[in-house]
Amino acid sequence: MSQPPLHLKLRVNDEEHHVSTPPHATLLETLREDLELTGTKHGCELGECGACAVLVDGSPLLSCLTLSRECEGKSVETIEGVAGDSSELHPLQEAFADLGGSQCGYCTSGLILTAKSLVENNDDPSRATIAEALSGNICRCTGYLQVLDAVEKAVQVLKDRRLSEPGAA
Amino acid sequence: MSSEKDGKKKGPRAFHDPVVRGASGDGGAAANKAEGEISTGWHDVGGRGPGGQFNSIGKARRRVDGRAKATGLTQYADDLSRPRMLYCRLLRSPHPHAKVIKVDTAKAAHHPDVKLVLTGADFPVTYGILPVSMDEHPLARDLVRHVGDPVAAVIARSEDACEAAMRLIEVEYEVLETISNPVEALATDEPRIHDHGMWGNVHKAVSLQFGDLDEGFAEADQIFEHDFFFEGNTHMPLEQHSSLAELDRNGVLTLHSSTQTPHYVHKALTRALEMDSARIRVVACPNGGGFGGKSDPFNHELVVAKAALILGRPVKCTLNREEVFYCHRGRHPVQMRFKTGVKKDGTLTAVDLQTLLDGGAFGSYGVASTFYTGALQTVTYEIPRYAFRGCRTFTNKPACGPKRGHGTVQPRFGQEVQLDIIAHELGIDPADLRLQQVVPPDSLTANFLKVRSIGLKNCIEAVVEKSGWRDRHGKLPEGRGLGLACSSYLSGAGLPIYWNQLPHSGVQLKLDRSGHVVASCGAAEIGQGSDDVLANMVCEVLGIGADRVRVITGDTDLGPVDLGSYSSRVTLMMGNAAIQAAERARDMIATAVAKKLEVSKDRLAFADDRVFDVEDPETGLPFAEACIVAESFHGTLGTVGSYKPPPSPARFKGGGVGPSPTYSYSACVMETEVCPETGWVNVTDVWIAHDIGRVLNPVLARGQVEGGVYMGLGEAMMEEQVFRRLPNKYSKALVHRHPSLLEYKTPTFLEMPKVHTTFIEEPDGAGPFGAKEVGQGPLLPIMPALSNSIFDAVGVRVMQCPMSPQTVFKALQSKDKMVGPKPFPDVPWPEPTKVTPPWEGGDGRGESTKKSFVEKMDAEAGRGSETVASGGSNS
Repeated sequence: MSQPPLHLKLRVNDEEHHVSTPPHATLLETLREDLELTGTKHGCELGECGACAVLVDGSPLLSCLTLSRECEGKSVETIEGVAGDSSELHPLQEAFADLGGSQCGYCTSGLILTAKSLVENNDDPSRATIAEALSGNICRCTGYLQVLDAVEKAVQVLKDRRLSEPGAA
Repeated sequence: MSSEKDGKKKGPRAFHDPVVRGASGDGGAAANKAEGEISTGWHDVGGRGPGGQFNSIGKARRRVDGRAKATGLTQYADDLSRPRMLYCRLLRSPHPHAKVIKVDTAKAAHHPDVKLVLTGADFPVTYGILPVSMDEHPLARDLVRHVGDPVAAVIARSEDACEAAMRLIEVEYEVLETISNPVEALATDEPRIHDHGMWGNVHKAVSLQFGDLDEGFAEADQIFEHDFFFEGNTHMPLEQHSSLAELDRNGVLTLHSSTQTPHYVHKALTRALEMDSARIRVVACPNGGGFGGKSDPFNHELVVAKAALILGRPVKCTLNREEVFYCHRGRHPVQMRFKTGVKKDGTLTAVDLQTLLDGGAFGSYGVASTFYTGALQTVTYEIPRYAFRGCRTFTNKPACGPKRGHGTVQPRFGQEVQLDIIAHELGIDPADLRLQQVVPPDSLTANFLKVRSIGLKNCIEAVVEKSGWRDRHGKLPEGRGLGLACSSYLSGAGLPIYWNQLPHSGVQLKLDRSGHVVASCGAAEIGQGSDDVLANMVCEVLGIGADRVRVITGDTDLGPVDLGSYSSRVTLMMGNAAIQAAERARDMIATAVAKKLEVSKDRLAFADDRVFDVEDPETGLPFAEACIVAESFHGTLGTVGSYKPPPSPARFKGGGVGPSPTYSYSACVMETEVCPETGWVNVTDVWIAHDIGRVLNPVLARGQVEGGVYMGLGEAMMEEQVFRRLPNKYSKALVHRHPSLLEYKTPTFLEMPKVHTTFIEEPDGAGPFGAKEVGQGPLLPIMPALSNSIFDAVGVRVMQCPMSPQTVFKALQSKDKMVGPKPFPDVPWPEPTKVTPPWEGGDGRGESTKKSFVEKMDAEAGRGSETVASGGSNS
């Protein structure tokens, strides 16, 4: 508590931030309390629910179990960065909003980021693969099926987009 | 024995009271007239577009709060932060039952970052959700009643400072005997956990009898008697409760909170802080899930409010996950005994139900929960004579309260498993046993519940057909089985928590020259989609897209009162209020536009963001222009709508729990694999049909059904809110066995089976556009369907819930191929209130000299109590 604060340089959503934080601050705390990025949620602060998942260098990580000081020099992505600097949403966000992937919405940020990592590493995941990848994220509202529908839909949109890109076969 | 021979079949069929569907010409005007200006439903259930087509109802559409949720912009209570905000933590009792002798806060108060320390001495006045059990203190004064009961609060500059200062508080306790379950509670008169219960540690014991049970059992060919047990479980919303209190610029106390019931929190603050209600504003932030767990006013809400009043600074308290488990208010553990008489053909002749509830340390919703364990048995199948005895005890555990299906889930489990046993014993298909005695529409039950539309038969037929039940039930190989169960739930409680004549829900609309509509209502969005329902009503009636509607909800300053998100009441009640408000707005616009276009008003149609002549669609105005015309004509535009349920025919004491404007129905067939060696259970498919009246937005409706199935599977297979004693060398305290998300097991993506959902749409005039509830009902058949499918798979009866592999294994190992609770204990039941069923000429009153509250309410409203005698129709 009384330890002197650390001065950290963090790259969050492609922007550099300087924060002064206690050495034991978690990434969750730094994001929510120092950077006011409250889209990242907490359901347990013990690494049990997945609500706080963010991407660190592209991989999903539980921000409640990650010290902010461990993230210096790494790239952090939160829900606020998923659409980039655009009013157009990411296909995952569109699909979650349209297809019932989100009810109370509290698990949604963690789910979207975990799913984003999956679809960026796997062009064509099966429903079982998606379920496996998301199985560390608890949702109490949906019964998970509409979440799976939403991710499948986003996979399809991304696939169609790739095919329509110039140079696609 | 048989009464059919003498042609006097008793049961709901003998009573028939045709109700006028809302689609009839008067649009429910007669009902409204009877109730003054407050709507009681019964609007036209058809669409409001040209030719009665629907503008937005029934169309799959992104929910109005969908974008915010997918972008992280939804602000839950803990996402709020204020300049100069302080943090609050509660010091909680380590003892389950103890006198608080002394709380010394001097050292804590001297911590440099601490601004305030509060104790029970700062809170002389009690609060509670029900007027009959105001038995909670924001901080304990003399007695702690469960581990986790708060005794002091620290308000400091950081949560770390709060924690450090809490360790400096010295509390002296005198430990009392712990009462850990209902059997102990019945046997232990002293010490009493509360002195407001009926006696000893019995909070509430009720006994109701509808008709001559002896006669009913005498008519039976066979009597079945079974004991069941349903373990408690908790809501586990993903969002931990959080509250932020502040004084606004005018000094008004404002509480932002994760609550399903801002109106009741407002009332609790008014009472416990002894304040003028006009100086308090409560804002229900969007809840990160509720499921009933945020329906009570909570300690931390009152504490931060008091602290903000004293310090003049914003104060926030967010519970940690362990605290959420200890706040609980979840499913009561209930032991049950069902005694049921049946004829050879499966016809029910009488049901005698006893329930024993483990209430935990406070009243909470307990009186209602107790009645609910006996209220809805009668609304699914014809039960000509019915008796119910229920008893809720206090114990030294976190209080139980309402969880999805509130009090009706446990007896539904027992009833549906027993029906499966009966069907098996009598050699009748369980589907047929049910189909042959479904309650007829527009009838009264033995306990005077008014059943209007009932799609239960259609539900059963749908799941039977889609699951291949007829060809596969009883015929699958060892280790694989099908089970069937049904259920019903309220579409809102017929009576408010505070008995009064006020509307249960109000909606206010503001329209102006910009062409958008602001709809406000006190209803709390807890994830179920109530904001979207509100927008949908307005869009349908005014023929506009959802992008023209803004909703403001859950704010006691900015919207009219709605009682809250509980008892599946919001869609029906807020929906009806919204229709009334929107119809009034439509009328104002139509009057002005008719004049402007020189077209008769009744030729105007509202659709596609336009107001136009239905016979000449080119003649019309865009909606925004129509608003300008209307604003020019009438002046500033605004309307209100209100809703109150029709009065219930039940007049007896205790008849206030169970009535609803209309009931939803569900049927489920579940397919299960069970390992005969280990008892491992795997659910592969769930076919579920839900009588929803009308689907408002199919995406959301499906989500409610699947979410209910999921939560039901959790309860059926693994979820348990259970307690253990710490070893003697420690404190012997009664603590939660696993207050964490990892160890409190819930289904993940990997446990979720396929769910095949069917909606039965038979619009019910009581609901908005005919809609009934969908948020709670579909959970109810899941637990009994699992038990019944396990029997079909491996031939064992599981009479208790959850049905973990250990439990199933126990049944597999037992001689009688069954696992269940110990026999129902002896309860010193009070004398029953006897009520004559409607088909025996009963008028809904009980044989009691005491006036029931319904009669008192009637007197207050100047309304006669002749309703039932003159036919029982409220429509």
